[in-house]
Amino acid sequence: MSDQLVFAMEVFLNGLMAGVLYALVALGFVLIYKASGIFNYAQGVMALFSALTLVGIMEGQVPFAHVINATFGTDLHHFGWHVPGFVAILLTMAVMVLLAICVQKFVFRHLVGQEPIILFMATIGLAYFLEGVGDLMWGSEIKKLDVGLPQGINLMIDETTFGWFGYGFFIDNLDIVATIIAALLVTALVIFSQYTKQGRAMRAVADDHQAALSVGISLNFIWVMVWSVAGFVALVAGIMWGTKSGVQFSLSLIALKALPVLMLGGFTSIPGAIVGGLIIGVGEKLFEFAIGPMVGGATENWFAYVLALIFLVFRPQGLFGEKIIERV
Amino acid sequence: MNDMTHDSYTTEDGRTIGGVVMEMKNITLRFGGVVAIENISFDIREGEIRAIIGPNGAGKSSMLNVISGFYVPQEGDVFYKGQKRPPMRPYQVAQQGIARTFQNIALFEGMSVLDNVMTGRLRQMKSGLLAQALWKGKAEAEEVANREAVERIIDFLEIQHIRKTPVSRLPYGLKKRVELARALAAEPSILLLDEPMAGMNVEEKEDMSRFILDVNDEFGTTIALIEHDMGVVMDLSDRVVVMDYGKKIGDGTPDEVRNNQAVIDAYLGVAHD
Ligand SMILES: Nc1ncnc2c1ncn2[C@@H]1O[C@H](COP(=O)(O)OP(=O)(O)OP(=O)(O)O)[C@@H](O)[C@H]1O
Ligand SMILES: [Mg+2]
Repeated sequence: MSDQLVFAMEVFLNGLMAGVLYALVALGFVLIYKASGIFNYAQGVMALFSALTLVGIMEGQVPFAHVINATFGTDLHHFGWHVPGFVAILLTMAVMVLLAICVQKFVFRHLVGQEPIILFMATIGLAYFLEGVGDLMWGSEIKKLDVGLPQGINLMIDETTFGWFGYGFFIDNLDIVATIIAALLVTALVIFSQYTKQGRAMRAVADDHQAALSVGISLNFIWVMVWSVAGFVALVAGIMWGTKSGVQFSLSLIALKALPVLMLGGFTSIPGAIVGGLIIGVGEKLFEFAIGPMVGGATENWFAYVLALIFLVFRPQGLFGEKIIERV
Repeated sequence: MNDMTHDSYTTEDGRTIGGVVMEMKNITLRFGGVVAIENISFDIREGEIRAIIGPNGAGKSSMLNVISGFYVPQEGDVFYKGQKRPPMRPYQVAQQGIARTFQNIALFEGMSVLDNVMTGRLRQMKSGLLAQALWKGKAEAEEVANREAVERIIDFLEIQHIRKTPVSRLPYGLKKRVELARALAAEPSILLLDEPMAGMNVEEKEDMSRFILDVNDEFGTTIALIEHDMGVVMDLSDRVVVMDYGKKIGDGTPDEVRNNQAVIDAYLGVAHD
């Protein structure tokens, strides 16, 4: 086998792994959009916020230390304890549920029945608000996140591929774990929405509000639930991304990468979010590998958007969306 | 309130009509300057078929929406099972066992007929999230029981042949029937039907009339329905409320209403459909 092909295979695999993370963020978008028609611009910031909170709790940071110190002239930083990863994840999840309740109670409850563009603007507001709160609560410096996930080159794959091709693939353990967790998460979500009472109610609300009310479903409850689930998905994405490249404010930019994923996969399709994520992940890595050197590199910055644009022109409903036929 | 103790009686066709189960007292509902319902009182007795009729825009749907919690009246009280009902959201009313259909059909268009009817049973699904997700013991038994109940209703309304069909592909008449099936799946104590036969042909209307009578007869379900077709109303209902321009202008048995001069003037004299 030619060297080029072997390298391409490695790039392909790494692309798949990157795609998993895009898919996770896109999944959060799809969940909220399906259930409430809200395009949640803040999904990426939610991933950032959850990761910040997780690190903060693990390190025993005093939340709002800056504000408290400035107001009372104190000098607080840390409580001096460390919280184990698993407990911290549970606590962070509780924070995300609290966030979901607040978002519903203070924002979207008052915007029921508004135009989609208004709802979208509200989520932009929410995104910046949350970014600000995250900064105030936990500070803005880059933080390391380590909840005990394995990291570094996977030696088994390295050795096996070396045996086959005379070249060992570099696949990060973290990426493998991320893929497994993402697969589990998606399976759990599917089971939840297909077989549980709450899942059925969620699908009902996504389909028709009036009908949902008439069979005894509380829209508010379902929306809080959906925002909580989206918060959970954000937390998973935040952990993966944070472990990989540190918890920093650029994390919220991954939300933008989810946009082309959504254009590809369709805004309402869970399989679409996953396949779209993988296509973008693989596509941008392979493109950079094959074409990048000819055009001076850095194609990863724009490839996804251009691909999505081309896709939009030919299939505006996305890969899995139903064909849109104008009623006349 | 001692309306629950009203004498029960037996109808000509041998059904037992009980005491008052729901009472509307001095209901007034306004939309800005429009008075949709003006100081109307009437009651619904257990086991009866109660019709609400009146010309277009009379306020019939509004009244049904007040009963089901979709509209909140500015004045007046609703008494359910002898208790004054506090202001309630529509989903809370549904959880009390009051199911309904809509004039403009509200189905889950993206789901199959079976799934639509199944949502009607959400109230009967009790198991906790974890038990359900793990699909064990109690949750499983509950799911089986719910499915059986749903299948019985599907058989009852003769829609077996479309069980798996997405609702969006169904013709209008069948959609109305699926909506009724979903409402019935809740095993409601009161069933509210807003023009269940509107837009149907004669044959479909006959089917629907038969189903409504059978539901009432076999399950003893109390039914309040809005209908324009006078023939149907006279055949089906035990008592009729007549509305016109938001006011109640008649209330009684079909015969009484038919011979009420105000009703004749306001309603029967006006051509409909
Ligand atoms: N949500 C609403 N907002 C504003 N006005 C309303 C609303 N619902 C009903 N109305 C008004 O209340 C009045 C009664 O309407 P309603 O739908 O109850 O009549 P109806 O008797 O059901 O008529 P139809 O036979 O045409 O269904 C009408 O003037 C209508 O325009
Ligand atoms: Mg009406």
